[in-house]
Amino acid sequence: MEGINDSGNDEAVVNMPLRRSPRLVEALLKLIERRDLLYMITWREIKIRYKQSVMGFLWAILLPAVIVTAGIAVRYGMSAISGKPIHGQEIAGVTVKGLLWAFFAGALRFSSTSLIGNSNLVTKIYMPREIFPLASILSQLLDLAVASILVVIIFIVVRLGASWQLLWVPILLLITIALATGWAFLVSAACLFFRDVKYLVEVVITFAIFVTPVFYTVEMFRKWANVLLLNPLAPILEGLEKCIVYRTMPSVPWTLYSATVAFVSLVGGFYLFKKWEPKFAESI
Amino acid sequence: MGTEVCGEYLVTTPDVVLRVDKVSKKFSLGEMHDSLRDLIPGLVGQLIGRPPTSARKTDFWALQNVSFELNRGEAFGIVGANGAGKSTVLKLITGIMEPTAGQVAVKGRLSALIEVGAGFHPDLTGRENVYLNGAILGMKPAEIGRKFDAIVEFSGLADFIDTPVKRYSTGMYARLGFSVAAHVDPDILIVDEVLSVGDVVFQNRCLEKMNSIISSGATVVFVSHNLRAIAELCPRSILLEHGKVVSAGPSQEVLTAYLERSSAHGRPSRSTNVFVSGLRTRNSRSEAVSFETKEKIWVDVEAECTEDSEPFSVVIYLSDDRQYVVFHTSSEYLGYEPISLKPGERFSCTFEMTLNLGGGTYYLGVVLHRFNVQKDLDRLFPAATIFVNSEPTVRGAVNPCPKIVAFGLLTEIEPGKEAIKR
Repeated sequence: MEGINDSGNDEAVVNMPLRRSPRLVEALLKLIERRDLLYMITWREIKIRYKQSVMGFLWAILLPAVIVTAGIAVRYGMSAISGKPIHGQEIAGVTVKGLLWAFFAGALRFSSTSLIGNSNLVTKIYMPREIFPLASILSQLLDLAVASILVVIIFIVVRLGASWQLLWVPILLLITIALATGWAFLVSAACLFFRDVKYLVEVVITFAIFVTPVFYTVEMFRKWANVLLLNPLAPILEGLEKCIVYRTMPSVPWTLYSATVAFVSLVGGFYLFKKWEPKFAESI
Repeated sequence: MGTEVCGEYLVTTPDVVLRVDKVSKKFSLGEMHDSLRDLIPGLVGQLIGRPPTSARKTDFWALQNVSFELNRGEAFGIVGANGAGKSTVLKLITGIMEPTAGQVAVKGRLSALIEVGAGFHPDLTGRENVYLNGAILGMKPAEIGRKFDAIVEFSGLADFIDTPVKRYSTGMYARLGFSVAAHVDPDILIVDEVLSVGDVVFQNRCLEKMNSIISSGATVVFVSHNLRAIAELCPRSILLEHGKVVSAGPSQEVLTAYLERSSAHGRPSRSTNVFVSGLRTRNSRSEAVSFETKEKIWVDVEAECTEDSEPFSVVIYLSDDRQYVVFHTSSEYLGYEPISLKPGERFSCTFEMTLNLGGGTYYLGVVLHRFNVQKDLDRLFPAATIFVNSEPTVRGAVNPCPKIVAFGLLTEIEPGKEAIKR
C-alpha cells in the first residue's frame, strides 16, 4: 500500500508493519511459519529426557504401566468385594483408559513448567512462546504412541478383535489433544505468573483420577453417571473403552459435549495465552 | 517529512527499516504477587477493605519517549551507562516485550545476538546445538545444513563438534554460539554486548565479522560498552541516560557527550592554585574522540589559577587500555619556557600530534609540572579518551607502518636484487 504523505513531499511512502499483539489467525500463521522451531524444541525435550535416563524409551511405558497396574489392582479389589468375576475385557478397558489418562496428566504436568523452564529463551529471544507448551504436548504424544504400539501388539496377541468402531479412536484422540492443549496454554501461563500453580496442578491431577472413570466405568454409578460424564474427559474415556474393547459406538451426544468443551478450551486457551504473552518476559 | 499511524501501519520513507516512535516502557517495582499463596490473601484483604501490608507498588519508567529510526544498510549504535535502558530498547525492538506507550515498526527479518548460545543444552553435542540454536535464531533446517560447514569452520571447533557441549570451555561455548549467530544473515541484526565475551583474540574475530556483515549491507543495531567498537563501526548513535535520549547524531558527538557525562573522567583536582580548566581533542575539522591511525590530532589544554602561580610546563601523555604509558611529551621538551600565570589569566597550549598508533582505546593524561623541582601542580587523568581505528594489519600500541619488501624462497640472488615477491 503506497501513498503520498501529508507534507506534500513527492517521495513515495511505504507502510511498515507495526509491532502489535497478533490476532489469533495471524498468530496461528506465524506459528506455522516457525514450525521447524517447534519440532526442534520438541526433539530437544525428547532427546534430553531419554539421554538423561537409564531406561531410555522405557520411560514412555513406565507411567502408563503403573497406572494400568493400579487400575487392574483396583478392579480385582472391586470384583473381590462385589463377588463378580473379572473379565479380560475389563482389564483391556483399564489399559486403554490408563494410557490416555497418562497422556493427559503428563501433558498438563510438563506443560505447566514449560515456560518457566525455558526462561532464558523467553526473555532473550523472540519466538512464538506457545511453542513451549506445544512441545510438551507433542513429546507426551510420542510417549503415548510408543505405549500404544505395545498395547496394540498385546491386543492382537490376545485376539481382542477389531471393528469399524475403531474409526472413532482418532476422533476421540483429537478431542483429547485439543482439550489438553487448551489447558496446557492456560496452565503454562498461570505458572509463569504464579509459581505455585505447578503444585496446584499436581494436586488436581492426583485427585482428578478419582472423578475420572479410569479405574471404573460410569455405569457403576448409575444415578451419578451423568454427573460424572460432565467431566469432559469422561465421555472420551468411556467412548474409547466402548469402541476398542466392546466394539460398540460411543455416545454421540456426550462425545459432542466433550468436543465442544475441547474446542472452547483450545481457542480460549490460545487466545488468553497470546493476550498475556507480551507480559511474559517481564514477569518471569 | 512526517509519520503517521494509518490503521496497522506506520507510514514512513522506503529506506527506513526500523522505526522507534516515542516509545516508553514502565515496570512495576516492589512486592509482586508471584505466587497464589501471596495473591489470594492479598485479594481477600482488598475485598474486606484491609490496606495492603507490603510496600505500594512503585512504577519505574525504564524508557521515556525514545525515538530513532534506522535506514537500510546502516550501522547504528546505542550507548549509555548500565541501567540506562539499552537492553530494554532492544527487547522492545525484537518483540520480546511490548512498549507501554509508542510504537515500534520493523521491516524485514530481524535477528538478535542478545545472548550467545541461546537454547544450548549441555547434554547435546555441538552439532545438535548448532541446529537447535540456528532454528531458535530463525533459520530453516535446510539453511543451517548449507551453512553448517562454514559455521563450524568459523568457530574453529571442528574436532569437538560431536562432543556434548557440557565438555566445552566457556571460550569454546562462546565461539560456537557466536559462530551460529554470525551466519544467520538477517535483514536487521541486533547486537547486544556480545563482543564483551571471550578473550581478546575472539573479540577481534567478532569485530572483523561484524565489519564484514556491515560492509555487506546489513542493517545493524549495536549496543555496547566497547566504545571503540561503536566508534569504528557505527556512523550514527544515540546516548541513553535513565531511559531518555540525551544525545543523538554522529557517533563522534554522541561518544564525546557520553565520555563527558560519565564519571570516568576525573574532575580537575584543585590541589594547588593552578589547575587545568579545559581540555579538548580535535581533528582537522571539529572536536573528535575517534581517529584513524596516522591521523593528526590537536589537543588543547587550558589552565587558570587562583593566585600567582609557580612557573610550570604542560605535560601530556597517552596510556593504552592496559595502563601502559605509550608516550609522553611536554611543552618543555618541545622547546617552550615554563609559564607563570596570574589570577584571571587564561592560558592555552595546543599540541599537534600524528597518531602513529595501532587500533585501540587510549587515555590522555595532562600534568602541570615543574621540571626543576619535580613537582606536579595539577594532575588530570584520564583527561580524555580517544579511540584510534586502524587496519587489521597492525596490532598493538605502535603503528610503524610496516610493509613487506621481500618475501619468498631464497634462490641464487646477487646482493641488491630483490627476491621473488609472492
